[in-house]
Amino acid sequence: MTKNMLIAGFGGQGILFSGKFLAYEGLLEDKSVSWLPSYGPEMRGGTANCSVIISDTPVGSPIVSNPDILMVMNMPSLDKYEDATVVGGQIFIDSALIDRKVNREDVEAYYIPATKLASDEGLSGLANMIMIGYVIRKTNIIPFENIERALQKVVPASKQHLLDANKKALELGFNYAE
Amino acid sequence: MAVVFEKPKALTDAVLHYCPGCTHGIIHRLVAEAIDELGIQGKTIGIAPVGCSVMAYDYFDIDMVQAAHGRAPAVATGVKRANPENIVFTYQGDGDLAAIGTAETVHSAARGENITVIFVNNAIYGMTGGQMAPTTLPGQVTQTSPYGRDTASVGFPIKVCELLSNVDGATYLERVAVNNVKNVKAAKKAIKKAFQNQIEGKGFSLVEVVSTFPTNWGLTPQKALDWLEENMLPYYPLGVYKDKFAEEK
Amino acid sequence: MSEKVLMKGNEALAEAAIMAGCRHYLGYPITPQTEIAAYMAKRMPKVGGTFLQAESEIAAINMVIGVSSAGKRAMTSSSSPGISLKGEGLSYLAGCDLPAFVVNVQRGGPGLGGIQPSQSDYFQAVKGTSHGDYRMLVLAPASVQEMVTMTFKGFDLADKYRMTVMLLADGTMGQMMEPVSLDMGEVTEYDKSWAVTGTNCERSHNIVNSLFLKPEELEKKNFERYEKYRVIEENEVMYEEYMMDDAEYCIVAFGIAARISKNAIDMARAKGIKVGMLRPITLWPFPKKEMRAIADRVKSFISVELSMGQMIEDIRLATECTRPVYLCNRTGGMIMTPEEVLAKIEEASKGGNN
Repeated sequence: MTKNMLIAGFGGQGILFSGKFLAYEGLLEDKSVSWLPSYGPEMRGGTANCSVIISDTPVGSPIVSNPDILMVMNMPSLDKYEDATVVGGQIFIDSALIDRKVNREDVEAYYIPATKLASDEGLSGLANMIMIGYVIRKTNIIPFENIERALQKVVPASKQHLLDANKKALELGFNYAE
Repeated sequence: MAVVFEKPKALTDAVLHYCPGCTHGIIHRLVAEAIDELGIQGKTIGIAPVGCSVMAYDYFDIDMVQAAHGRAPAVATGVKRANPENIVFTYQGDGDLAAIGTAETVHSAARGENITVIFVNNAIYGMTGGQMAPTTLPGQVTQTSPYGRDTASVGFPIKVCELLSNVDGATYLERVAVNNVKNVKAAKKAIKKAFQNQIEGKGFSLVEVVSTFPTNWGLTPQKALDWLEENMLPYYPLGVYKDKFAEEK
Repeated sequence: MSEKVLMKGNEALAEAAIMAGCRHYLGYPITPQTEIAAYMAKRMPKVGGTFLQAESEIAAINMVIGVSSAGKRAMTSSSSPGISLKGEGLSYLAGCDLPAFVVNVQRGGPGLGGIQPSQSDYFQAVKGTSHGDYRMLVLAPASVQEMVTMTFKGFDLADKYRMTVMLLADGTMGQMMEPVSLDMGEVTEYDKSWAVTGTNCERSHNIVNSLFLKPEELEKKNFERYEKYRVIEENEVMYEEYMMDDAEYCIVAFGIAARISKNAIDMARAKGIKVGMLRPITLWPFPKKEMRAIADRVKSFISVELSMGQMIEDIRLATECTRPVYLCNRTGGMIMTPEEVLAKIEEASKGGNN
């Protein structure tokens, strides 16, 4: 099975980091994985996105243009990628930042006010990981029980004090009851 | 029998190709004498430029690299960084050092690369047959300034020592000439000091040697020496332009 | 085998260079390969190496010449416009028979072009980066793992043949992360008695030089160098075949274009079209013999490239124009989708005009 995921939002929301976390956990599960970021000046304050592929077979193209799973954290990204999502795909929306619903009826849409939850729970800057927790719950893209080992790989050594907060954010998203 | 004069060991037996009266031969000898006297022949690496002295690699009996035009200081940087125990010098003319290689010259000085630069300024492009150089004097006639260097159109000569004296990374800058015995002796002293600085790890040293080019200046060797004295030295005054360690004393 | 880690192509390549014994990186910043310089700036001081940010691409390649002349492994990296500037040095490296490892993480051109992935420096890499009769060994990785293995191998080939090895990647290969093993094995040491390390007054002086004013001498040097190139063409061709056993159509693609083509081939196979791929890993030497043999068993070729069609000329030469060659291309930083490649495969399978 191959899961093609696209994560998109503003630069600074931790878009690339959250994708890296998923890819690393995929690697630890012995899957084939790839992670490909957008790059260039647009990254500074503009839109950022990354393609993440987790697969049982070798990954061909690392570019995800038609995602099975779309996670968006700003309106321009939803506008840009909603139509590209495959039929039957899953779209995850930070409803604290995007005040419209998905227009399509042939996809599953999930709404979570991740940015608001983050600030309510003192997890500011970790709305991305709250979203990811929710994505894991709804897609089983990686098993939730192993999140800690992947976190240890992707959280830089200088920021190990943020491990707990990241874990808390993931759990918050995973246990989010709509 | 006492030997009163001999060829420096750091020179090969190859016959120099330089024009009659050209002072490259003297400068080669001064460099080789300095190498001999400092006992560094076995560990010195020379970088030859593009220009009249392009074949310097045949004349110095030390390991040599021939560099692209103007790039000798960059090549020297690489050699020195690879094997810091080697003594590395470049031997460059005015077109090489002050025109096409200006960036390499300024930045190797700015980095304070621990290398020695021997800069031969004869105010003309020699190897290509006498065109205007970055150091050609105002009004001086060359193949590409046939009516004399017109500063209103092509600007002014670059005074390398003065320019580099504002570069913090440079350690030692001196301008010398080889037009008479007294000046040759002073030139030798400066060249030796520029090598000594490197041995002591003091950083970037450059000696500018004001030189003649009788053939392309269209003068006899003797008249060329006079011309140098009368025209070049007023524009390019001799002396020490920077000596970081002397200043600190 | 060591544990796999997730690394960016640019950083994995840099680490592989260090593992290959490179202790001198000389470079200049340019997108999309700046991570290589940043990684080296961090790592080199920790392994006793030199990281130097040069004043220009030209200075950087000439510093490489200096380090290499002194017998040490050296590298520089850049992206398209920067490689053009390095051209002078690449010719001197060839003329001086010096080893060097040079990375081009390609972006769109010509001119300042763009910063998105491209393969439009194919001609530059395999035909003529600079002046004179010479070749560079050109390696085209198609995964982060190959960025690592080809870097390690690239340094070896450079020393073995005393020539420049260019790793031709693109923005995607440099920026993407994939699992990699950094288990590379031992570094082979080659004789470098030609290097300038000082005579110690015990041997005649070594001269690293590309100037030969006597034409008969220069011609002899060039003949000798081309004999070396002939040996390389004989022994160092690398390529990968994908689903070629029963293929009737053959895609030729390298780097990211080959990755995209794999998806398209899987899609075409699901539709019953027998298509496969020959992926050159060495762009020079080009897998000419293999391609010529394949031409006898397929109906047509499809060149998939991120350029206006450069490698396609080599495919036509290699196959002696015995089969039609279709072109599926995007350029300027645009990347084709697997669907676009599939459409070209379908066109070829219907025998459309190429």
